[in-house]
Amino acid sequence: MDFVALVTAGGVLAGVGAAAAALLAVASRVFAVQVDERITAIAAVLPGANCGGCGFPGCSGYAAAIVNKGVDPSLCAPAGADAAKKIGAIMGVEVPDREKVIARVRCGGGHDKCKPRFEYRGLKTCRGAVMLNEGGAKSCPYGCEGLGDCVDVCVFDAIRMGEDGIPVVDMEKCTGCGKCVTACPKDVIELQACKGPVAINCNSQWKGKEVKNVCEVGCITCLACVKACPWEAITMKGNIPVIDYDKCHACGLCVDSCKPGSIVILRAIDEAAKEEGQKIIADRKAAAAAAKAAAAAAAAKPAPVQE
Amino acid sequence: MGLLTLIIWTVFVNNVILSQFLGICPFMGVSKKLDSAIGMSAAVLFVIVLATVITYLLQFGVLVPLKLEYLQTIMFILVIAALVQFVEMVIRKVSPALFEALGIFLPLITTNCAVLGTAIMATQKDFNLLQAVVFAVGISLGFALVLLLFAAIRERLDLETSTPRYMKGMPIALVTASILSLAFLGFSGMVKM
Repeated sequence: MDFVALVTAGGVLAGVGAAAAALLAVASRVFAVQVDERITAIAAVLPGANCGGCGFPGCSGYAAAIVNKGVDPSLCAPAGADAAKKIGAIMGVEVPDREKVIARVRCGGGHDKCKPRFEYRGLKTCRGAVMLNEGGAKSCPYGCEGLGDCVDVCVFDAIRMGEDGIPVVDMEKCTGCGKCVTACPKDVIELQACKGPVAINCNSQWKGKEVKNVCEVGCITCLACVKACPWEAITMKGNIPVIDYDKCHACGLCVDSCKPGSIVILRAIDEAAKEEGQKIIADRKAAAAAAKAAAAAAAAKPAPVQE
Repeated sequence: MGLLTLIIWTVFVNNVILSQFLGICPFMGVSKKLDSAIGMSAAVLFVIVLATVITYLLQFGVLVPLKLEYLQTIMFILVIAALVQFVEMVIRKVSPALFEALGIFLPLITTNCAVLGTAIMATQKDFNLLQAVVFAVGISLGFALVLLLFAAIRERLDLETSTPRYMKGMPIALVTASILSLAFLGFSGMVKM
């Protein structure tokens, strides 16, 4: 047996191993990185769903960003306002109240209401349909494709596909993280304040006639809802009405006024407010009629002849 | 052999994944998303080049003079593992940005067969140090090319709903990998080595 070779081999291997161990031991001291305790504390407050709605890679990434980069602590929609307050307490900053928002699918044109432009047989995703043909397979370029990209992307199980091919958002489960908003290739979904009883169920910026050609329930920009609202809560933004929920009294008169049915009821309608609203509208109509009559009377009277 | 030829040989003709079948685990494991595939490719480039340089010096500075070439495998594993650990610590301290980009991928490939294979091949092929480095860079580029191609294909495959249920995920990925490997066979014989 070659004893020398054995010793050299063992010695070299042990030497290199010991050197590597020493190097690592020293390095772990010299290059130690202090982890901020606040990061762990904030990560514990966050829901841990890693939805990415805040724009950071996962909850721990967001926690690190709050501590290291001073990012706004109220970006986590799923955790809600309470968690934002807790994070603020950890960081020692005041966090202003933030309104709860939920995702709303601004389209009511299901399979039976809004006809497809062509039969789409490609990948069963909205992204695929829109990639194949700009505007997608629906005849309305603003409408929901109904292939469920938002359903797939929701980590809170808050969206399901309705029977008519329009996704339904569970208002209790939705946390407003905004993942579906990003996933939707046609920008149909929007985060909205969830307090209103009614909502506009159309997103089309087309003119009335164009809408009517393709969709039974699209907003035709007739302004009936604007006139029907006793509280002047509805204004037009482009070709689509917008409801100001601070002024809305939940009377539901706009829903009745909308001929195509593009305004939907989300929560119970306030019957008392409805009666009051009808009275206001009636008064307004009477006043308008009186003014018109007065104007007509004034016009009927022969103008005084001047010398 | 010219350095350019060496690169073409390692990237296309003798691709580390598709011709030598080294580094299959990161190839299958980290190819689900293009983003992580890019991070992995960068980490592989970094580790392979570093490991090849160190092991080359170790081989011809220590093992060959002492006639201990038979210790090559165990010695290389030891040195590469320690080295990557050390570099990870240094990067974490010195450059948090780089650590964030490479961080989780570094430990994953520490003792990967592609890393060890490249280090061993570089010592077997009569390379000088520069050629060994270029060889290592070429291997990593070949790895990156195939990994990115494959990640892009798999992202597209995930959208595909006509895949039968029993073929979804890994089975169809393996079939795709074999077809990709066949495609790279077309390069064989382009460069003589």
